[in-house]
Amino acid sequence: MKVLVPVKRVIDFNVKVRVKADQSGVDLANVKMSMNPFDEIAVEEAIRLKEKGKVTEVVIVSIGPSQAQDTIRTALAMGGDRGILVKTDGPVEPLAVAKLLKAICDAEKPGLVLTGKQAIDSDANQTGQMLAALLGWGQGTFAHSLELSGSDVKVAREIDGGLQTVSLRLPAVVTTDLRLNQPRYASLPNIMKAKKKPIAEKSPAELGVDVTPRCKVLKVSEPARRAAGVKVKTVAELVDKLAEAGVLS
Amino acid sequence: MTALVIAEHDNKTLNDATAKTVTAAAKVSSPVHILVAGSDCAAVAQAAAGIAGVEKVLLADDARYARMLAETMETLILSVAEPYEAILAPATTTGKNYLPRVAAKLDTPQISEIIAVLAPDTFERPIFAGNAVETLQAPAGKKIVTVRTTTFAAAGSGGTATVEKIAAAADPGLSSFVEENLSMSARPELTSAKIVISGGRGLGSAENFKLLDTIADRLGAAVGASRAAVDAGYVPNDFQVGQTGKAVAPELYLAIGISGAIQHLAGMKDSRVIAAINKDAAAPIFQLADFGLVEDLFKAIPELNDELAKRGIGQKA
Ligand SMILES: Cc1cc2nc3c(=O)[nH]c(=O)nc-3n(C[C@H](O)[C@H](O)[C@H](O)COP(=O)(O)OP(=O)(O)OC[C@H]3O[C@@H](n4cnc5c(N)ncnc54)[C@H](O)[C@@H]3O)c2cc1C
Ligand SMILES: Nc1ncnc2c1ncn2[C@@H]1O[C@H](COP(=O)(O)O)[C@@H](O)[C@H]1O
Repeated sequence: MKVLVPVKRVIDFNVKVRVKADQSGVDLANVKMSMNPFDEIAVEEAIRLKEKGKVTEVVIVSIGPSQAQDTIRTALAMGGDRGILVKTDGPVEPLAVAKLLKAICDAEKPGLVLTGKQAIDSDANQTGQMLAALLGWGQGTFAHSLELSGSDVKVAREIDGGLQTVSLRLPAVVTTDLRLNQPRYASLPNIMKAKKKPIAEKSPAELGVDVTPRCKVLKVSEPARRAAGVKVKTVAELVDKLAEAGVLS
Repeated sequence: MTALVIAEHDNKTLNDATAKTVTAAAKVSSPVHILVAGSDCAAVAQAAAGIAGVEKVLLADDARYARMLAETMETLILSVAEPYEAILAPATTTGKNYLPRVAAKLDTPQISEIIAVLAPDTFERPIFAGNAVETLQAPAGKKIVTVRTTTFAAAGSGGTATVEKIAAAADPGLSSFVEENLSMSARPELTSAKIVISGGRGLGSAENFKLLDTIADRLGAAVGASRAAVDAGYVPNDFQVGQTGKAVAPELYLAIGISGAIQHLAGMKDSRVIAAINKDAAAPIFQLADFGLVEDLFKAIPELNDELAKRGIGQKA
């Protein structure tokens, strides 16, 4: 069985994001970019399934500018087999990403798609679900653990009240949550090997998808900043302050 | 025109998130209808009918909706979607699960986790872990929106909506429920609690994390956690507050042994009052805490409990 893993190139989670003065977006100049952390977890899970002999091939897909090649290479260095880059210029909305991924799934026919639950830049949390709907597949979102058997996958999901386990008929889409695994670091030999792994390039037009944004970003602004308050010296003083603020009743 | 809100509930009780979503919905389109999908959930529909400003409640009462699985919710919502100008769901793990499927099938973008409605087609939502706020205008056509409920007040009560039973939609047979392992707690729910006490890696162990319980019980608070505390197994996953966990905005947020990473702040910085106890004076949490105490938590927590007891604050622990 083949697994498809979509990976997004995003601003590294450690970077303190700055809003541009003209409110047109956030400043991307000289900012460190990395693979979306949830997608690293998805890649790791796919590779583990392959190591367990449950999966034969791990295909990595990224939609983005030519630098998204690097993101694909990172996934290939972790153990992915080959890559597909869908080259785009501007921002691509989740629905368009889902349509592109659907077109790729129609051609590749994977048994499982493993996406991140959320891209940490746009915080949309919808692409995997949209893809599942467009394909007419079941979905296991926010996966905490998964168990693949012949024709089904059991997914324990991190939900607001705890954990919920569902069983999905394959093919299916699973989106990863933080506790699914701890992604590995690629070793130097594997990084070298990844340089030789093939990455195919496609355009949205070839896949028959119009990626023109449908929503209009009117502005991107700074959130209201909280000023630092006061330091108190003792627990008694802390309780005084909280009582004064009226939050202890 | 009309907005449809999808109810959040556990088949017995209507979750507060629903009335908050109604408030957001009314700013997008009115009147507001509510869809209750569940199993043996007539009481939930009655409660929904009592929300002020709601004109009609659609009730799909069928075993297949007992867990509101995404695949069955998709076909149900699509079966009633046609007349509605907007479809909204709370940005809970349930709403986030099914609504994007509906959006995709309607070929409409979904606007996720809004924090404000500026105009019926214009919304604010946090991006980059709340480090920026995006003002987004949706295209013409249906608006498909999930709502961060902590930023909207609940619609009042006193409504007298009619309840209309509707037929179940086809079950696509793609998924089935296996089991649920819910954290049972007598404490208030994290996202609606007035006081939240959260612990981080500084607590050091699951055993130590229980130190927070006494104070939480005394104050009637909910207990939350940082990702590090959840990853380390001190508490279950549903305690996680943050960018990729729960968003909370209580009257008081007490952060204990939490450094204040941006991913954590994203989920709690809208709290009215933030207090922090951390032994590291340079911890970033102090940059936004209204009240900060630089102290070892193992000394401060027992002291805090004694101090509250001494002043007769809260219940006897
Ligand atoms: C994709 C992604 C998503 C994430 N999502 C979230 C999220 O939703 N929520 C979240 O919280 N994090 C999230 N994180 C993790 C986040 O980046 C931080 O790693 C995490 O919040 C740190 O938790 P912490 O503050 O408990 O631990 P640490 O950063 O290790 O801080 C522990 C603090 O405890 C203090 N301390 C230690 N001992 C004591 C003592 N005896 N007395 C007093 N103080 C003490 C220390 O001084 C320190 O400040 C995410 C990260 C990624 C990459
Ligand atoms: N441009 C992209 N390229 C590849 N995968 C993507 C892209 N955008 C989103 N995804 C996938 O969809 C997941 C959820 O993203 P989102 O719905 O935008 O929060 C991500 O974790 C990725 O797995």
